Amino acid sequence: MQQSQSYEKYYVPAQSPWPIVGAVALFLIAVGAANVVIESTRDASGYGMHILLLGLAVLLVMIVGWFKNQIDESMAGLYSAQLGRSYRQGMSWFIFSEVMFFAAFFGALLYARTISVPWLGGASNNAMTNEVLWPQFQALWPLVTTPDGTQTQAMGPAGLPTINTVILLISSVTLHFAHVGLEKGKRKQLTWMLGATILLGCIFLYCQVQEYIHAYNDLGLTLQSGVYGNTFFLLTGFHGMHVTLGTIILLVLFFRVLKGHFTPDNHFAFQAGSWYWHFVDVVWVMLFLFVYVL
Amino acid sequence: MTKATDLPSHGADVTADHENHHDEHEHHIPKGVMRWILTTNHKDIGTLYLWFSFIMFLTGGAMAMVIRAELFQPGLQIVEPDFFNQMTTVHGLIMVFGAVMPAFVGLANWLVPMMIGAPDMALPRMNNWSFWILPFAFTILLASLFTEGGGPNFGWTFYAPLSTTYSNDSTALFVFSVHIMGISSIMGAINVIVTIFNMRAPGMTWMKMPLFVWTWLITAFLLIAVMPVLAGAVTMVLTDKFFGTSFFDAAGGGDPVMFQHIFWFFGHPEVYIMILPAFGIISHIVPTFARKPLFGYASMVYATASIALLSFVVWAHHMFTTGMPVYMEMFFMFATMLISVPTGVKVFNWVATMWRGSMTFEVPMLFALAFIVLFTIGGLSGLMLAITPVDFQYHDTYFVVAHFHYVLVTGAIFSIMAAVYYWLPKWTGKMFNVGLAKAHFWCSLISVNVLFFPMHFVGLAGMPRRIPDYSLQFADYNQWISIGGFAFGLSQLIFLVVVIQACRKQGEPVSDRVWEGANGLEWEIPSPAPYHTFETPPVVK
Repeated sequence: MQQSQSYEKYYVPAQSPWPIVGAVALFLIAVGAANVVIESTRDASGYGMHILLLGLAVLLVMIVGWFKNQIDESMAGLYSAQLGRSYRQGMSWFIFSEVMFFAAFFGALLYARTISVPWLGGASNNAMTNEVLWPQFQALWPLVTTPDGTQTQAMGPAGLPTINTVILLISSVTLHFAHVGLEKGKRKQLTWMLGATILLGCIFLYCQVQEYIHAYNDLGLTLQSGVYGNTFFLLTGFHGMHVTLGTIILLVLFFRVLKGHFTPDNHFAFQAGSWYWHFVDVVWVMLFLFVYVL
Repeated sequence: MTKATDLPSHGADVTADHENHHDEHEHHIPKGVMRWILTTNHKDIGTLYLWFSFIMFLTGGAMAMVIRAELFQPGLQIVEPDFFNQMTTVHGLIMVFGAVMPAFVGLANWLVPMMIGAPDMALPRMNNWSFWILPFAFTILLASLFTEGGGPNFGWTFYAPLSTTYSNDSTALFVFSVHIMGISSIMGAINVIVTIFNMRAPGMTWMKMPLFVWTWLITAFLLIAVMPVLAGAVTMVLTDKFFGTSFFDAAGGGDPVMFQHIFWFFGHPEVYIMILPAFGIISHIVPTFARKPLFGYASMVYATASIALLSFVVWAHHMFTTGMPVYMEMFFMFATMLISVPTGVKVFNWVATMWRGSMTFEVPMLFALAFIVLFTIGGLSGLMLAITPVDFQYHDTYFVVAHFHYVLVTGAIFSIMAAVYYWLPKWTGKMFNVGLAKAHFWCSLISVNVLFFPMHFVGLAGMPRRIPDYSLQFADYNQWISIGGFAFGLSQLIFLVVVIQACRKQGEPVSDRVWEGANGLEWEIPSPAPYHTFETPPVVK
């Protein structure tokens, strides 16, 4: 038949043990994390942390096993161009889901800034809300004094946040050049630029930790200091987790590059990691704008 | 091997050469429990999803029986109010995330690859993962009922501050189990969307895709867009409750109403996640038994897409009484009413498909017809609720309960049952026990209306929802409602028997086409469907 001439076989893997290992891992992580949360707030002792760490260990085993399996198949040439498209599309939709996750927190930030704080201050038709609940409350953003009187200082954009923005922007550029190096077969450019990106990621994380220490010790800006601190820490915190994950991904890619993996036309893993990194950068730019500057 | 047939809605020719494949390589079907645990086969995973969904349906149903037993008479009879609250909460969570959604994902697993001529789902291992994390998630949720202080008791919508200030410690278990459910849904949706984008057989162009595939494509998009928002909402509940944040606490500058905005931004598209695949199913069944192509195929596609887009801008109609400026209430009222236009297009098209068709009334068609009538009733009561000033009266009454049970039970669940009866012979190769299936249909149809229709009356008369007691004048109707509830619950045991019999391969063998008027690629392959189908893609002309 005509179509079989151009037909490339789609690789449908046989049975795999890794998904069920991953399911058990997620189960342990969820149970462990829930117990850690309960124990930490109730000053109780229990096995939460043990279960959580066990879950993370199992997850690590799953990731290593599953990815090794995946890499072996890829290196054995089992994958078709069509499968490559599936992976790329899957990764794009995953990133879209991440965008929506951050959107929930950006939404909370914008709601607090433009609706809940002004309303508590008496804006729109809420004069009596202010009068009855907290008559001394002044609607300001950043919210340095909450309605119940918790005080904090705002984290401005100057200093570390600006430096971090520059670092991440440069890292996006270096990663792009690494990708260009890969596509043009310039392995040296690839290795150095990828290494530089990882280094920049680590510096960013270091600065972020310093910023948190500064916030807690000097500014009195904590997770408990009202909705300004909440949105600040949850947005930058989840972003920081994503940078950590992205750095680990890039590190794995780095070792794969050293082992001679990836060719100019077969490097889905590299592309996915690179997309993820650029996405994390874009989130930071939005963060810088909405959390620090505006 | 070449066969030419028609696809239902658009008269396309299909060339299927599925019978060439067995010489390519030999397959043995793995045996035992490990087959199901390690499987990457879309049919196995579809079966797992469907059985899981059925077990959850019976579990959630048992909780509904507790609720109805308590409400059989006024006054507190059987359970403590706090346990009653846990039952309403977990009943809702299980039915939404454990019964309806996994059933549709199971149907998508079974049907989408067969309908588009793909060898399997695009990402088979991830497919396994997205199923197997679900039983663990629901184990955690159900286990939380047995913890000290009890399980979640704040309603499936977990409004702050009920879920923050006033909830018990098991909220942490609830939050993490919802996280896992979300991960499962997102991975499942990514798989469906990539399969449809990338795995269609040559010639299966967008506007030749069967409607179940179209509706699932749009559903998958909605899932990927809103499940992460739910994850964000539960995360904020977790930090508010355990780490002293004040997203939903006015004393720290937050707002409990903000919770409702974030939740319903997820929650309203979620409603369409649970009904769009049902629209697809009905659009397959009605043409088959009316023996006519679907009326208005293209308008069905556009209507589905419009419903999906509109679903993002109507969320606050769940919150008309909780505090919004008047112009926002107006906006959400009109946007909501707009949704009835594309939905009306769909109902019109189904009816127009039947118009002058040569109709027969096999079991799937009975369920499909019941769906069209009863879902429309649920849609119309939704239109009443959309009118802001009217909603001020109806909000949080049994009228709302009646509304969403009409669209979810006689809508989503009936469509799932219709789908099971429609495709079950294709899956097992045997016709199910038609007599029992008809008994299941008639018992369900009558009892479900005894169950939910009087809820309209008590709701309009002002009976509030989620309260274990009620004032005396509602007693008679509530007894009828409870009797209908028990009867509906028992009727589902007939369904269980029919499905078990079918899975044990009892019954008459069926032809490949199964139903005389059935069209589409899935009816071109043998019955029962072989373990692997379309390893070489068919050509759709």
